[in-house]
Amino acid sequence: MFELLGITPQALYGQLLVGLINGSFYAILSLGLAVIFGMLNIINFSHGAQYMMGAFIAWIGLTQVGQWIGDPGFSVSYWTALLLSPLLVGAFGIVIERTMLRHLYKLDHLYGLLLTFGIALIIEGLFRDWYGISGQQYEIPEALQGAINLGFMFLPKYRAWVIVASLVVCFATWYVIERTKLGAYLRAGTENPKLTQAFGINVPLMITLTYGFGVALAAFAGVLAAPIFTVGPKMGADLIIVVFAVVVIGGMGSILGSIVTGLALGLIEGLTKVFYSEASAVVIFVIMVIVLLVRPAGLFGRER
Amino acid sequence: MLRVTDLHAFYGESHILHGIDFTVNRGEVVTLLGRNGAGRTTTLRALLGLTGKRSGSIMVNGRETIAMPTHHIAHLGIGYCPEERGIFAGLTTEENLMLPPEVASGGMPVTEIYGMFPNLAERRNSPGMRLSGGEQQMLAIARILRTGARLLLLDEISEGLAPVIVQSLGRLIRGLKERGYTIIMVEQNFRFAAPLADRHYVIEHGRIVETVTKNELESKMDCLHELLGV
Repeated sequence: MFELLGITPQALYGQLLVGLINGSFYAILSLGLAVIFGMLNIINFSHGAQYMMGAFIAWIGLTQVGQWIGDPGFSVSYWTALLLSPLLVGAFGIVIERTMLRHLYKLDHLYGLLLTFGIALIIEGLFRDWYGISGQQYEIPEALQGAINLGFMFLPKYRAWVIVASLVVCFATWYVIERTKLGAYLRAGTENPKLTQAFGINVPLMITLTYGFGVALAAFAGVLAAPIFTVGPKMGADLIIVVFAVVVIGGMGSILGSIVTGLALGLIEGLTKVFYSEASAVVIFVIMVIVLLVRPAGLFGRER
Repeated sequence: MLRVTDLHAFYGESHILHGIDFTVNRGEVVTLLGRNGAGRTTTLRALLGLTGKRSGSIMVNGRETIAMPTHHIAHLGIGYCPEERGIFAGLTTEENLMLPPEVASGGMPVTEIYGMFPNLAERRNSPGMRLSGGEQQMLAIARILRTGARLLLLDEISEGLAPVIVQSLGRLIRGLKERGYTIIMVEQNFRFAAPLADRHYVIEHGRIVETVTKNELESKMDCLHELLGV
């Protein structure tokens, strides 16, 4: 069959793996966007910059902090960064929400989008100024170097880890939101914040923490991405455009929709590379156009 | 239990309440009557801080709440059933029921609530929006009984419901009154509200224009007819 289609199984599996990896990043990032949009009514255009910050903080921890404190032997490990970087970037997000976004909730989506877009440009500009445009390499942590032989292909351990880690984080988030009491508060707050608050639930605090969490998800994806992609100021901007297309396809604000769509579109992109690689860069946008025409609210979105 | 003095409230630029004064004692049922747009719903919403700017004084159990954030006010023991019922579409019946946090001890246990509203027990896993109008109304009241709130703000609970359901709501309110709940009802349906309430406040243009106690009801009927157009 493979000869008939003029491709090799290695190419197919390889591209499916790449697709699954990209899909994992689309899923985490679009999940964060969906959570933020649901609760804050803000289209977080700085999501890509926050993803980039997550990766950069991991890189800084590994290679720079030792020099800063005058102990070149000291470095923050990948595993520590995986926890620390989302916390730092999440805290940064909380400051932004408290000082800026808070004033925009009553206005049209457009204002939040413009503000977060501006923030993204500032962050990217700062990192370009500090570390240059060319980008940095981040070494794969020792425990995840090498590959596993699956019989039909070699699976690099780190790639397997990225897929597993992002799936676990995505479905844990989905579970908390859809199946727990805290999630019920979030869903209620998303649907009718005033009434939820009238029942005695601190909705303003929930909004702040939701933004912090969504941003922390982006940073987590950034750390996962650091050993795979080049850590550079533009890494987020390149990815986020695709992620926004994913969100549009899945439907703004749908949790499960963003996870499933993210993974599926990653795979579709990978398959397109195998069968008609010229279209691989645009296939997601073509799907977006079709979905917008047929179902404007997105595949999983509710029409309002 | 509740003393409202010179309450003014705004939605944006529009000045809706122009100095509302009323009191509700523990265990009383009072109604806020009036024509549409008179400011009855706004009064309830203003008690919870759900309007725009407010001024005046609202004392709940001796505590001034006019400057309190909304989520603190509920914890003084207030339960709110909004006019549109406010059932959350994204939550199941049971999640809706369990949503409001407990604001005081002594709330109604869930088993008792399900005993009182067997329909809700049957449909506990259905999405809130699948319930009928009557079931949604029951759920909207049931979920604030669970929280231990002793002051209930009920907005138009009889609206749009079949007569048998309105009758059972009447029995429910009477039962709650016997248990010592304090209730403020906004009602359009005067025939429903009249036998339940200890006192009626008539609101017009954002002010209380008439107070009618239960005993005065017959003698002031003409005046009420004129004010309410019933």
